[in-house]
Amino acid sequence: MPNLNDILTLLPEAYLTGAICVLLLLDAFISERQRAAVHWLTLLVLGITALLVISGQMQGTASAFGGMYLRDPLAEILKLAAIAVTAIVFLLARPYIEDRRIAFGEFHTLTLFALLGVMLLVSAGSLIMIYLGLELLTLSSYALVALNRDSPLSSEAAIKYFVLGALSSGLLLYGMSMIYGATGTLDLNVIRMMVPMTPHHGLLVFGLVFLIVGIAFKFGAAPFHMWLPDVYEGSPTAVTVFIGSAPKLAAVGMALRLLDMGLPELLRDWQPMLAVLAVLSLAIGSLLAIVQTSLKRMLAYSTIAHMGYLFLGLAAGTAFGNAVAVFYAIAYALMATAAFGIILALSRAGFEADQIDDLKGLNQRSPWFAGLMAITMFSLAGVPPLFGFFAKLLVLQAAISAGMLWLALVGAVFAIIGLYYYLRVVKVMYFDKPAADSVLAASRNLPLRWVLSLNALALLVLGVLWGPLFDWCLRAFTAA
Amino acid sequence: MSIELLAFYLFASVAVVAALGVISLRNPVHAVLSLVLTFFSIACVWLLLDAEFLALALVVVYVGAVMVLFLFVVMMLDIKVAATREGFIRFLPVGIAVALVMLLEMLALIGVRAMRVAPPADPAIANGMANIQWLGQALYTRFLLPFEVAALILTVGLVAAVALTLRRREGVRHQDAARQSQARARDRVRLVSMPAERNEEPRS
Repeated sequence: MPNLNDILTLLPEAYLTGAICVLLLLDAFISERQRAAVHWLTLLVLGITALLVISGQMQGTASAFGGMYLRDPLAEILKLAAIAVTAIVFLLARPYIEDRRIAFGEFHTLTLFALLGVMLLVSAGSLIMIYLGLELLTLSSYALVALNRDSPLSSEAAIKYFVLGALSSGLLLYGMSMIYGATGTLDLNVIRMMVPMTPHHGLLVFGLVFLIVGIAFKFGAAPFHMWLPDVYEGSPTAVTVFIGSAPKLAAVGMALRLLDMGLPELLRDWQPMLAVLAVLSLAIGSLLAIVQTSLKRMLAYSTIAHMGYLFLGLAAGTAFGNAVAVFYAIAYALMATAAFGIILALSRAGFEADQIDDLKGLNQRSPWFAGLMAITMFSLAGVPPLFGFFAKLLVLQAAISAGMLWLALVGAVFAIIGLYYYLRVVKVMYFDKPAADSVLAASRNLPLRWVLSLNALALLVLGVLWGPLFDWCLRAFTAA
Repeated sequence: MSIELLAFYLFASVAVVAALGVISLRNPVHAVLSLVLTFFSIACVWLLLDAEFLALALVVVYVGAVMVLFLFVVMMLDIKVAATREGFIRFLPVGIAVALVMLLEMLALIGVRAMRVAPPADPAIANGMANIQWLGQALYTRFLLPFEVAALILTVGLVAAVALTLRRREGVRHQDAARQSQARARDRVRLVSMPAERNEEPRS
């Protein structure tokens, strides 16, 4: 029977749920002019949720609702990172949302619902909670993508996302039902104990294949990446910045829960699958990004390549590899918010700065933003001494230490290919003349300017001081 | 091979064939009928497993809802009444076929359950606890958290549906009863006193 202790363990999520309901009602009754209150209250809610996560974790690792919900260091890291990223998204997105008359309150509440899904997903201790957390996240994302109702591109992206997302959920559920059939339990810890004992090894591997496909779909790893460029391009940039960052943290949490916590005994089976996904993602992401003219599409393909690197860490299957995967997801989320944030900062009503050519001569118009974009691009490319460099380095190290030297070599080769398309953006900003009719001007919204600057500079600072963050990630896997 | 296993294979194969029909039949109405048959066969499988409430809920909710969907398809394809009647006759053979398979499944199910001797697997149900009571207890104890999260997902669906469809149109005349009843004559009618003027223009 659930008791008060269970609910106290669940306090961050319970608080967030209540707060979302209050915000939802507030938004319905508040007048248009006072809408900013919803925005600032949302940020306050995020702050309190983060404090609750930290204070909960201080009381140590625990589980609630019969092992369905887990409070452990892994969940803490991913939750705090997701909350931070979501706060950045709100601050960056506000002018864009207001300019385009996208439903203001719904954007906030749906994003909070998605965050709640992320939090439940990374804390999930059973297959059913993984599925429900994921559905909460993706269902909110579908609605967010379609939120710009006047844009046919946005509706098209939402439909594609919805159909492919439903398909991947179906595949994931099918895999889960096979795992359940083989082990007779939904609890991931029990599944781990049952795996060596079950006589149905074939059934387990069969289910595992579908689980991996479901995970790859959610990451957007090749060959299950088809939805990603269209969705990134079609959704309002304010939404792209969210679905490009926080769900990646959720996906890494989901993969670690399913593979590392539930099925570590099947490492020999899932390691090659992840390696293949990693190589394909690296190849397709890096090569197709070269030919893109849309900045959003280019960043989408770059996401696919980055998910390939993340899979290198996951494929290692060691504590170090898992920590690297979490570290990489956090690094990528921060880089994604900065990169899409630049597009948000340069867009205004009626103009989307989402083509690479739109950035022509940005250095002459707005040297500060050009500098921030250059930092972000260098970080995405993995140029030392930026954050992205150390993330890539650690991933390659994890692959080598797991005895997959060839995989590390492939990763290094594609890192060099990747340099080309990131540097092209820098070249366009610094060495091209602005088009004659270009009216490039950076947003004057102060929170946006500050958050974007801090976000991009964090890539610089964390490039030097990445050690403590990585130690934190590593502790999540070695403390237990 | 026990008779229950035989019945399971019958229901399962009907479900698989019907599901294949859903995605391969070109006529949307046939596809929907096939979907109804799929759901129904799955419900029969669940009844074999002693999940009576779930099976009935599946039939009531899904088969019922799909029937509404079916109606929508017919409405969208044939708008004219005569054409609808024509459609009814045209789709009748498939409908009858689906109904016959359903009847067959129901008879098989009744026969199997009458012949069965083995007690239900779950001890609580074997002790005479009703299926729906067992389900309710499981949902509110062991599965409380997933149950609540599922409720949240439904809330998201609600919020999303409103956010995506509610449009505030400009220029639509709303009726505001409070304002109407507060109206006074002086708000609506303005008496203006104007000096009388002579028409100076010459007549042509």
